[in-house]
Amino acid sequence: MFIAPRVADEKDWIVTDTGPWEIIIGLEVHAQVASKSKLFSGSATGYGSAPNTQVSLVDAGMPGMLPVVNEFCIEQAVKTGYGLNAKINLFSRFDRKNYFYVDLPQGYQISQFEHPIVGEGEIEILPIDGDGNVGEPVTVGIERLHLEQDAGKSVHDLSPDETYVDLNRCGVALMEIVSKPDMRTPEEASAYVEKLRGIVRALGTCDGDMEKGNLRADVNVSVRRPGGELGTRCEIKNVNSMRFIRQAINFEARRHIDIIEAGGEIDQETRLFDSVKGETRTMRSKEDAHDYRYFPDPDLLPIKLEQSFVDKIKANLPEMPDVRKARFMSDYGLPEYDARILTSDKTKADFYEVVAKGRDPKIASNWTMVEFFGALNKSGLELEDSLVSADALGCLIDRILDDTISGKIAKGVFEKMFAGEGTADEIIERDGLKQVTDMGTIEAMVDKVIADNAGQAEKAKENPKLLGFFVGQVMKASQGKANPQAVNKILREKLGL
Amino acid sequence: MTDLTKMTLSGALDGMAKGEFSSVELTQAHIDACKASTKLNAFITDTHDLALEQAKASDARRASGTVGKLEGAPLGIKDLFCTEGVKTTAGSKILGDFTPTYESTVSANMKADGMVMLGKLNLDEFAMGSSNETSAFGPVINPWRKDEDLVPGGSSGGSASAVAADLCLGATATDTGGSIRQPASFTGTVGIKPTYGRCSRWGTVAFASSLDQAGPIAKTVKDSAILLESMAGYDAKDSTSINADVPDWSASCGQSVKGMRIGIPKEYAIDGMPADIQALWDQGIEWMKAAGAEIVPITLPHTKYALPAYYVVAPAEASSNLARYDGMRYGLRVDGKDLTETYELTRTEGFGDEVRRRIMIGTYVLSAGYYDAYYLRAQKVRTRIVQDFENAWETCDAILTPTAPSAAFAVGRKVSDPVQMYLNDIFTVTTNLAGLPGISVPAGLDKNGLPLGLQIIGRAMDEATVFKAAAALEDAAGFKAKPEKWWV
Repeated sequence: MFIAPRVADEKDWIVTDTGPWEIIIGLEVHAQVASKSKLFSGSATGYGSAPNTQVSLVDAGMPGMLPVVNEFCIEQAVKTGYGLNAKINLFSRFDRKNYFYVDLPQGYQISQFEHPIVGEGEIEILPIDGDGNVGEPVTVGIERLHLEQDAGKSVHDLSPDETYVDLNRCGVALMEIVSKPDMRTPEEASAYVEKLRGIVRALGTCDGDMEKGNLRADVNVSVRRPGGELGTRCEIKNVNSMRFIRQAINFEARRHIDIIEAGGEIDQETRLFDSVKGETRTMRSKEDAHDYRYFPDPDLLPIKLEQSFVDKIKANLPEMPDVRKARFMSDYGLPEYDARILTSDKTKADFYEVVAKGRDPKIASNWTMVEFFGALNKSGLELEDSLVSADALGCLIDRILDDTISGKIAKGVFEKMFAGEGTADEIIERDGLKQVTDMGTIEAMVDKVIADNAGQAEKAKENPKLLGFFVGQVMKASQGKANPQAVNKILREKLGL
Repeated sequence: MTDLTKMTLSGALDGMAKGEFSSVELTQAHIDACKASTKLNAFITDTHDLALEQAKASDARRASGTVGKLEGAPLGIKDLFCTEGVKTTAGSKILGDFTPTYESTVSANMKADGMVMLGKLNLDEFAMGSSNETSAFGPVINPWRKDEDLVPGGSSGGSASAVAADLCLGATATDTGGSIRQPASFTGTVGIKPTYGRCSRWGTVAFASSLDQAGPIAKTVKDSAILLESMAGYDAKDSTSINADVPDWSASCGQSVKGMRIGIPKEYAIDGMPADIQALWDQGIEWMKAAGAEIVPITLPHTKYALPAYYVVAPAEASSNLARYDGMRYGLRVDGKDLTETYELTRTEGFGDEVRRRIMIGTYVLSAGYYDAYYLRAQKVRTRIVQDFENAWETCDAILTPTAPSAAFAVGRKVSDPVQMYLNDIFTVTTNLAGLPGISVPAGLDKNGLPLGLQIIGRAMDEATVFKAAAALEDAAGFKAKPEKWWV
């Protein structure tokens, strides 16, 4: 059924006593359409509302209720299709996927089975290893994108013997994006999801929030001898962070290899990832697999899109991450690594462009990536929730460039800005961090340091390396505020170097 | 005073317009008739108090100069239409005491036009049946009776029986494979299934979504036109609703059929057709000819595949549509030891034999490995049936056929033989599969004195021609027979 011609790089093979293995990975990503109302009803889709407060008669599967497709969602799917460089199907259709469960009031999910709205496409990813090394670009094929309804939420832990059901999510529009089995390492898989996330966020078709479950991945994993026959795959459901995706794949691949090497066979099954234990476990085996009895939903007409409709969407697409990355490299002269990180997400790229405006692009990039993104990572905050605006970061950089403060002091100022203590100027003023550039003041400090260390000063003439010691002493005396160039210059004069 | 229940809908609307009687008087007369006719078991839920309130409100509206299309007319609503604040059962135990908080678009249209609702009419469970014997609320009895209890046909048996017995001036019904037209034929009433998409399906309990269509059962062709004008209309809440204006169909009734080409499909002359029915059909041809129509022999070659295709498509859709009755949110629930057992017990207890049979058939034909052989093939047949009619319309404007292959039969006679029962739909399913309008007009009595209907089929959206031809047929047939009131 699947073909997976690409063979992993030798460095990515898992080598055991029996020889090398490679991992074959394909992903099904569910991206919630950024729509105010559901796919087939007018109910709101807001996150975090009280249970069952965003449920219409249609969502609750009341007798005689009928779905009406939300055209906005259709538009978002087409947009996303273009973002995936994919074929837009002018004819598509909704099918019913039939199964019983408490969080599925109609007894079927409306999805697209035979005729998805988006067909084949491809995207390019750049995997980055744990040490930040950028690997070779990998092209990942997109099999299809289709629209479907989300189910409700079953809550099993509120009572020992009862299940509670929240239908708020029931009927929310999802785009299921199915990749071809083109990934070979956990890093490629997470880079793929990262890339998808960047694309949907750039397009505004999904907010990409993995914590809220608005973007989640089902990961298909199998192993084989490099270039050999494909193994049996397992599907790991609903993995909701980049780190978990890598963990789940690593665990699952190892599990497969262990079973095969012990002479066993892999059961094709659906598995769950336990993020606490870092392992996967059986959810349902192939024998328990449902026969979903797909058939065209007779309550809905097929979707027939006009060429002019899709052309208009295409003409109004925003700048995509790949295009933006190329522009960052050419216009700002940034290295590929910087450009890739900065353009992986629309809000990050927008932030950078504000910081870089009228400033040195590389310094702006360093401050944005190292200090700002670093602080975000450490705090777990989203960029949107940060107290430091791009303009504020830009002002801080200005203070370095105009010699008001040194780079080193600036890092401390940034920490305080990030903690919400004020703007760069306010903090510099409040804490008296302004760099001392007055030559007289510096000279006095230098004199004092030389006087205090007369013995060393004598030796300095023979041993110029001692200059560093004196610079350090003067900087210390000035609490880091003395202009380093000035200190150097005066010390050299006074020490006769 | 004359017996107000003997009136036609149009006669009653005229009478109220002239001030001869009030809606309250008219409604009370029908309530009295309903109360005296419980033996027919036509209603599942009576709403007599509500009806009198509505009648009073209607009289007040009329006094203030506001008169809707159905102003003050006491009517019955098939218990498949959800009615706000009034229990809705679909003829099934599984809905329990389900009382909708919403009104179906069709009944809401009629309410807006001034309807008075007498109650919710009995039907085959989830509209699955041709004799009204699958209702969880007991069979409906046909007012036409010879020595033994006869079925009124189905699934709209309550609607047909109530109209035939003068319990209401008209009634809503639904038709998935013949459920309006076959009972109309069995009870000497008029029933029209309009073009698929004419009436919104919103708020009507679904049986088979691609085939279900609401329509009226009435005493005359004109009455059915008046009712359909109120029921029909575009509804954005139903994606399959057709966005088109509702014509003045009652004006079509009585127009000349001179020059109209009436097609006679040879495939409808089936083996084993009762002689009375063949004779009536021949008579119908003569009547239409006499009225100035041109008779054209036509061929609908895929007709024999229609019934099997129907009994694949309809159960397939039904098996999915009825999945929502799971005991979780409304209706009956029988708790088991776990979720699966709760589903099983609830649905076993809640659904009757025929509904369970169709869910099983539908589940089977959609299953992996069988889908292509059954469902897909049935859909291909459906395309051929549509094409058959398309070809026919090149040479004719309407088609004349019998409505059903038999007259009303005895209660219990076919209930144990599903295939015999399914054959009742043989002349009616084709229009459902093709989405075309079809009307049954009472045209005569069989040798036992039971009513028989003839069917007129028209082009999609061309109900006007259907009404025109039907009224001509009605006029020629001069069907005036009424059942004896043995049940009072």
